[in-house]
Amino acid sequence: MESTTVAKTGTEGKLWGGGDSKPLKASYGKLMMWFFITSDALTFSAFLAAYGFSRFKFINEWPIADEVFNHFPFLHGVDAPMYYVALMTFILIFSSVTMVLAVDAGHHMKKNKVVTYMALTILGGIVFLGSQAWEWKNFIKGEYGAIETKGGDILQFVDNDGHRVSINDIAVPLTEIDREHQANNGIWYQSGNEQPSVTLEEIKAGFMQKSEYSIRTMQLNEAGEKTILDRTEAEKYLNNRVTRVVEGANLTRNEYGPQLFADFFFFITGFHGFHVFSGVVILIIIFFNVLIGTYEKRGSYEMVEKVGLYWHFVDLVWVFVFTFFYLV
Amino acid sequence: MATDTTHNKSSATKRIWEVFIILSVLTIVEVILGIIKPEFLVETDFAITSLLNWIFIILTIFKAYYITWAFMHMEHESAGLRRTVVWTGVFLICYLVAILLIEGDYIQDVYSNGYISWDF
Repeated sequence: MESTTVAKTGTEGKLWGGGDSKPLKASYGKLMMWFFITSDALTFSAFLAAYGFSRFKFINEWPIADEVFNHFPFLHGVDAPMYYVALMTFILIFSSVTMVLAVDAGHHMKKNKVVTYMALTILGGIVFLGSQAWEWKNFIKGEYGAIETKGGDILQFVDNDGHRVSINDIAVPLTEIDREHQANNGIWYQSGNEQPSVTLEEIKAGFMQKSEYSIRTMQLNEAGEKTILDRTEAEKYLNNRVTRVVEGANLTRNEYGPQLFADFFFFITGFHGFHVFSGVVILIIIFFNVLIGTYEKRGSYEMVEKVGLYWHFVDLVWVFVFTFFYLV
Repeated sequence: MATDTTHNKSSATKRIWEVFIILSVLTIVEVILGIIKPEFLVETDFAITSLLNWIFIILTIFKAYYITWAFMHMEHESAGLRRTVVWTGVFLICYLVAILLIEGDYIQDVYSNGYISWDF
């Protein structure tokens, strides 16, 4: 055999022919970061799509975001819808800007600038995480409290003008109250179930006395507001349907609306917050590498660029979380 | 050469600040619309949700475009890499979202019009 037959495709030297040409013109590390980001984007969109599924399932009962997230630091009792979360969005966008400035400084091999901008980015990430913790604290603690019906619906109290009223303002103290079991006044190795600050009986008694209050259901009307029951209807609901007092939020139930609402809030913002946390940790590692001159010696700041890609992705996800949790 | 790099540098940082301003303006518009909720936009329905929600979604996609293209340097990557990442994501996400939202809408329909009482 003088020669073996080699099949020619006629694409030698072109992109499909492979060889020396690099179709994607990106380094291995950057390419892998992009593939990771693509798969992670699909994970997040699956979560958000699942949120959309449940939202459509409870399309007429979902809580109004403006009423749930209306706290702002140092402004107690002031209705400040969206301001805080808008601030968080700006913090994250700005940390994205400092990150891309760090990448840019890296292209020009300016170590000191990279250090400054990365430090600012890390600071932004930490402030964002702190803000999210505060947001969670308010969400878990709740503000007004609510009662739950046998069917799992949430009923909230309002006054004549339709403003929310706390269950503590409705309830009147009764004598025999089921106090929470404490370790210091009984069997120390047993913990009791956590008791709400007021009992259902106290709320019922208080509601019957105070005729200026009424009940609001989860049902949204045509104007996109929650339906307020008239007084007789409200009394009927209270006497026949309610089973328990709900204060704040946990994974089982929440005072804002359908049980799934809090689950999705914790899961999606938690998963995003975990990404921010990992981003901060990775940024700190790269930051110290920059400080000791690793990339200066290597002659390229591509590692900063790769962590930058991840950081921008985290910002990108937040843009979507912001829209679907707080705006839509 | 030296003048070339300085020129590149200033145009790159200029682009960064330009995109930052665009993102800020879009966010501010979203927040203002979210707070005042213009009645006309809330009450006009278009393709299963209100016009206001569509505005939010479109502005969000714009922001996503600017973050990916400018901050993640997608505009400087090769067309192959760009398509690998963007087309895959966009296609699969549209597919997933369409299926889940249609299914959620159907279940809501069964709940409210079927022979189930769930408000008791």
